[in-house]
Amino acid sequence: TVCHICTGEENWVDSRTIYIGHKEPPSGTEAFIQQRFPDNRIVSSKYTFWNFVPKNMFEQFRRVANFYFLIIFLVQLIIDTPTSPITSGLPLFFVITVTAIKQGYEDWLRHKADNSVNQCPIHVVQHGKVVRKQSRKLRVGDVVFMKENETFPCDLILLSSSRDDGTCFVTTASLDGESSHKTYYAVQDTKAYNTEKEVDSIHATIECEQPQPDLYKFVGRINVYMDNEPVARPLGSENLLLRGATLKNTEYIYAVAIYTGMETKMALNYQSKTQKRSAVEKSMNAYLVVYLCILISKALINTVLKYAWQADPNRDEPWYNDRTEPERQRHIVVRAFTDFLAFMVLFNYIIPVSMYVTVEMQKFLGSYFIMWDDEMFDEEMGERAVVNTSDLNEELGQVEYVFTDKTGTLTENNMEFIECCVDGHVYVPDVICNGQVMPGATTMDMIDTSPGPGAREHEELFFRALCLCHTVQVKEEETVDGIKHGIHQGKSTSFYISSSPDEVALVEGMKRLGFTYLRLKDSHMEILNREDEIERFQLLEVLTFDSVRRRMSVIVRSSTGELYLFCKGADSAIFPRVVSGKVEQIKARVEHNAVEDLRFISLLVIDRNPVYYNQHACPFWSNYSAGFKGIINTSQPVQEEAELNTSLCFPDPSPHDRLQEKAADTIESLHKAGMKVWVLTGDKMETAAATCYASKLFRRNTQILELTTKRTEEQSLHDVLFDLSRTVLRQHGGMTRDSFSGLSGDCTDYGLIIDGATLSAVMRPAQEDSNSGNYKEIFLEICRNCSAVLCCRMAPLQKAQIVKLIKASKEHPITLAIGDGANDVSMILEAHVGIGIMGKEGRQAVRNSDYAIPKFKHLKKMLLVHGHYYYIRISELVQYFFYKNVCFIFPQFLYQFFCGFSQQPLYDTAYLTLYNISFTSLPILLYSLIEQHIHMDILRRDPSLYRDIAKNSLLRWPIFIYWTVLGVYDAIVMFFGVYFLFDNTTFTSNGQMFGNWTFGTLVFTVLVFTVTFKLALDTHYWTWINHFVIWGSLIFFVVFSLLWGGIIWPFLNYQRMYYVFMQMLSSGPAWLSIILLITASLLPDVLKKVICRTLWPTTTERIQVGACSYMLSRIFFRIASVIEL
Amino acid sequence: MMASSYNAKEEDGHHSGASNNGGAGVVKSKKPDNTAFKQQRLPAWQPILTAGTVLPAFFVIGLIFIPIGIGLYVTSNNIKEYEIDYTGADINDACYNCAKNFSWNSTTPCLCSVPFTLEQPFESNVFMYYGLSNFYQNHRRYVKSRDDSQLNGDRSALKNPSKECEPYRTSEGKPIAPCGAIANSLFNDTLELYHIDSNGTRNAIPLVKKGIAWWTDKHVKFRNPGGNSNLTVAFQDTSKPVNWRKPVFDLDPSDPENNGFINEDFIVWMRTAALPTFRKLYRIIQKKPSTTPTLPSGKYVLEITYNYPVRSFDGRKRMILSTISWMGGKNPFLGIAYITVGSICFFLGVVLLIIHHKYDTRNNSADIPS
Repeated sequence: TVCHICTGEENWVDSRTIYIGHKEPPSGTEAFIQQRFPDNRIVSSKYTFWNFVPKNMFEQFRRVANFYFLIIFLVQLIIDTPTSPITSGLPLFFVITVTAIKQGYEDWLRHKADNSVNQCPIHVVQHGKVVRKQSRKLRVGDVVFMKENETFPCDLILLSSSRDDGTCFVTTASLDGESSHKTYYAVQDTKAYNTEKEVDSIHATIECEQPQPDLYKFVGRINVYMDNEPVARPLGSENLLLRGATLKNTEYIYAVAIYTGMETKMALNYQSKTQKRSAVEKSMNAYLVVYLCILISKALINTVLKYAWQADPNRDEPWYNDRTEPERQRHIVVRAFTDFLAFMVLFNYIIPVSMYVTVEMQKFLGSYFIMWDDEMFDEEMGERAVVNTSDLNEELGQVEYVFTDKTGTLTENNMEFIECCVDGHVYVPDVICNGQVMPGATTMDMIDTSPGPGAREHEELFFRALCLCHTVQVKEEETVDGIKHGIHQGKSTSFYISSSPDEVALVEGMKRLGFTYLRLKDSHMEILNREDEIERFQLLEVLTFDSVRRRMSVIVRSSTGELYLFCKGADSAIFPRVVSGKVEQIKARVEHNAVEDLRFISLLVIDRNPVYYNQHACPFWSNYSAGFKGIINTSQPVQEEAELNTSLCFPDPSPHDRLQEKAADTIESLHKAGMKVWVLTGDKMETAAATCYASKLFRRNTQILELTTKRTEEQSLHDVLFDLSRTVLRQHGGMTRDSFSGLSGDCTDYGLIIDGATLSAVMRPAQEDSNSGNYKEIFLEICRNCSAVLCCRMAPLQKAQIVKLIKASKEHPITLAIGDGANDVSMILEAHVGIGIMGKEGRQAVRNSDYAIPKFKHLKKMLLVHGHYYYIRISELVQYFFYKNVCFIFPQFLYQFFCGFSQQPLYDTAYLTLYNISFTSLPILLYSLIEQHIHMDILRRDPSLYRDIAKNSLLRWPIFIYWTVLGVYDAIVMFFGVYFLFDNTTFTSNGQMFGNWTFGTLVFTVLVFTVTFKLALDTHYWTWINHFVIWGSLIFFVVFSLLWGGIIWPFLNYQRMYYVFMQMLSSGPAWLSIILLITASLLPDVLKKVICRTLWPTTTERIQVGACSYMLSRIFFRIASVIEL
Repeated sequence: MMASSYNAKEEDGHHSGASNNGGAGVVKSKKPDNTAFKQQRLPAWQPILTAGTVLPAFFVIGLIFIPIGIGLYVTSNNIKEYEIDYTGADINDACYNCAKNFSWNSTTPCLCSVPFTLEQPFESNVFMYYGLSNFYQNHRRYVKSRDDSQLNGDRSALKNPSKECEPYRTSEGKPIAPCGAIANSLFNDTLELYHIDSNGTRNAIPLVKKGIAWWTDKHVKFRNPGGNSNLTVAFQDTSKPVNWRKPVFDLDPSDPENNGFINEDFIVWMRTAALPTFRKLYRIIQKKPSTTPTLPSGKYVLEITYNYPVRSFDGRKRMILSTISWMGGKNPFLGIAYITVGSICFFLGVVLLIIHHKYDTRNNSADIPS
């Protein structure tokens, strides 16, 4: 059923044909056109020495902001503009250079790495000899000779290995972090060829798909020509050695290159990762567009007014102010356009280049606080939080949906074998006495407590089956030769390694029940049974576990010649295939255990006689894997396999998985914070539901809605969906949104359970008949009203689909996906924020995530504290930046009305350049790094505070408009305040007059102080750093102004600022007006703050006051106690 | 990307490991430092703007600002100012003919005199300004049309003025000194003031022309090339600005120290005004040592040598007499603004007090159940 989805995903790409050793196939076979393949050169570097400057410049100027500043700079160079090109050229040059140096350095590192990879020597078989070659010269079809501990230079098909069984062990630690050894298999027909001469004589072609990025998927076929008769063999991912993996525990192998260079799966994987952008960045860009419009309209208005005003020639060119001759002769249109550009240049500071730099710095530096956080350090693992991208810090404060994996994320993924049930008898390993298995006494489902002899036979077969049906490897201690075979003496010098902890748990559980799996040798599996005898089973076929079939199978031949097919998998995958046995009892037990939060692996044992295997199974088996073109859809062999079985017994081992520490507390907090938590798991419904109850995702009063196959079998999907939506909507229809936002205890909570099969039915695109309708919408409507959703039986791709569905719903909520395994990667990449847990299932999730944390519980601090802070900080940063530039530029705009629209700048060049770079940059940067509007303990204690910032609430348009209006107001107060002060009078005590530069400097002084004080008013957390930076930058401004005006600067061609600042300060009214204008500018903001806080306080503000008065009362209490003493 | 980026990442890891804790195990080096800064637990002052805390500030601001405003307003009102528009725009004006018949080429100066009466005596020092209206000294083309190096006495700039001075850079093949539009349009009306005493005799009032420019401008920013010794030689091979009647070294025949670039009238003019209506300090009438007012009430005559045309651009010319207080000339704005802001603060303080009383209790009671 699950495969409905898979079929859609399967895009058959064009295939390629490879001649092993470049030998043409014998004539008569299909004529293939030899394709051209790239060589094995890896180019991860972007630039060469020659193209660095142009290409890097091109890349950098592709960013809209940089391009904009470049245009402004060029305009300044070309036309006669009010401000010198230095004012915008210098900051731009600085930004571009720093970025270029950083990127150049990174690229240089890449070049070095590329060279070392490309030039590393590898051994290739040519004409029966092993030849050394540089890695980059490797071509598709070359036969490569690899030794132990070498890393594969490209994707290879294993031909033969030093091991007799044609296997080799590989670790993919550098690919996905899984350090366990994985077994790969040589092609059966070539595994005997294990000298270079023999290998050279192989005559074969490989047909396979064109390279695809999926690391775990590969289909192909090898045609081996034996005496010109082609023998076709299937190739799967178990034959494919990936570039980047390392050969282990195997002396040497021969393999043939099939994907080289940039076509290797690893290379393809790295190209496809896209960059995520945060919601804040999106609103920032929207604001930018608004400001760009403001800028253009300002310039347009001024240009139009200029020409209207200049219509009178005596205004245009009074006798005292003649144009130069060339200027006079310029065409009016050219002049108007130049004027427009000049206005643009004059006002361009409204979009400051420094904002981008500050935002980048804030994100980069800010992310260190996550890494530094002591509370997100896990002592056990010795791991701390990792930030892979700092672009999304603030997105952590905006999460609305949390999609979490269950196993390894909510739970420990620490598997332990608890019990098993054979034919209805429950066995608990802990109750073993002297090797005797005692059936568990606690079970009520047991039919007969004393298993008869037949049962014992079943039981032993079952235990053997568990010992055989797995892909566990035995890792032996290689150090001391004496204990190399320690496992035979029953010592624990060796341990089991597997990619799945369930398997290890099962094999170890069997060890405690008396059956010890020893090793796989010469394709024989050895088991030490209860009588300490070694039993040998020949391993004929292994069909490894995959997420679609959700089971694995082996075929073994016992020493007596009997053939067995063992199949192990999730119970839902097994039960439908069961033909006989006590199905009902076992199902009952499974369900009973599900509530106890155990995980099931059911086992199907199929007994076959050799004849049957040879006649039926064998051809089927080879069919299955041989026809790689036809049978990619795995549903087909599954069905055939099911037909094969006549089952013997249906045992049910249940490994137990413990909930992670504080997982329930974390989920509860997330709920209170208004987030909807969805659990997406591949597990069965009952287990998953039990975990959900244990982790408080579902509470006792949660009404569970089921949308599962069971229900849709009874009713049509259509009816079920409408039923559910009616239930949910009736409840919420009567309530307002507000009352729902209260704590979840007040009203009925809904929890939804949906399984993979039903989900795929819901997601199926609407059919043409109107009846089916659009289920997605109804489903989303139901989900919106459920506080918790559990999706079980999910395939990895479905996880991503769910995330995508929610992402695309009409509110466009911010999603977060958290998981630990490779199966979570797709959803981690899909969600807005992807978080990896450093769990046991390798590091793939961590590698692909945006942030990685050691444990699930750390999510709480990550979101509620760090996310909240970052959001507050960056939203203030963005708003403040726009505000301070409105304040900065609007007076210049107003001044145009008083200077004949001549683009005369109000401020001096130095002020124009340094305003954003040094006078007002550091306070906001430091604010955006260390502001804490509420103490972090309160944030953690009261998760509902998170709701205050939900939905990007601090960057909504009304707030943006408020800031802009405030900026305009401040600008008007500053400009006209100074205007009326200057109005046709003097304000010095010696009667001397001030000029236009004093006017500008006075406005600028008020501006710098106002803008800095505004930030000071917004600062809630005054550390010594804030004091230092805020007062420091004001002092810097004063000192700079004194210096700038105190000296005749020899390198300047103008001395307009000479003594302007000092003369200004020598006047009393200037001081008075500075104080007055600052007060008047700040007044509305203070008033708004106080009134809003008093009349309509947000939760945050209430808490702040509470915290404040709490602190005060503590201080008073202490003082009082001191006085009493 | 790819393999190399893995390498880079691993390298990073090693770096941080090595730098944090040389030689110690990887596990230990990963533990973050427990410093107040890194854990974001720096001691901090956490002020909050509530009605309670802001209230006193509002009252205090109100209580401080209102008296200051009243003081400023009173001071401003006590300043005496008298203004005469002598543009000659109207046919009845004394200077109508001079304005009408103005020509750049006329060699004979046009004279006119405007009588006026001061109702009240002007005590202490009286400052005499000329004012221009609709004169865009702050026009960009105008503002930049100067060469500060030349004005600072730089010899090379004297001979080769900056390009910014165009089209007032050279005349008759010689560099203009001082170059540029600002210098070229130097205000060159001469104003003289006569007191007509009860007998009808005209007494010239002594006008001091020292101290009208900034000290730093006069002594540092503006310098004559080659010192003040022989200006005629220093300005050899330069041409006077086209609209000037006399060369720069001959601006003030009465005082050789007041010639060349350091002529104070010139310096005052070179400080471009911020707004199109402006006034510039022209002369100072020093207080008399005796108790008699500097300008007693009575009849006066303003004698004008009309050289400066403003009619073409609808300009206005004024002569202003003003006394000066510590806060400068007559400007009620600052006082009114202080009173307004102070009153607003006080009023808001009262409003906030009401709000505070009314709602704070409500909030507190609402807080208790939660």
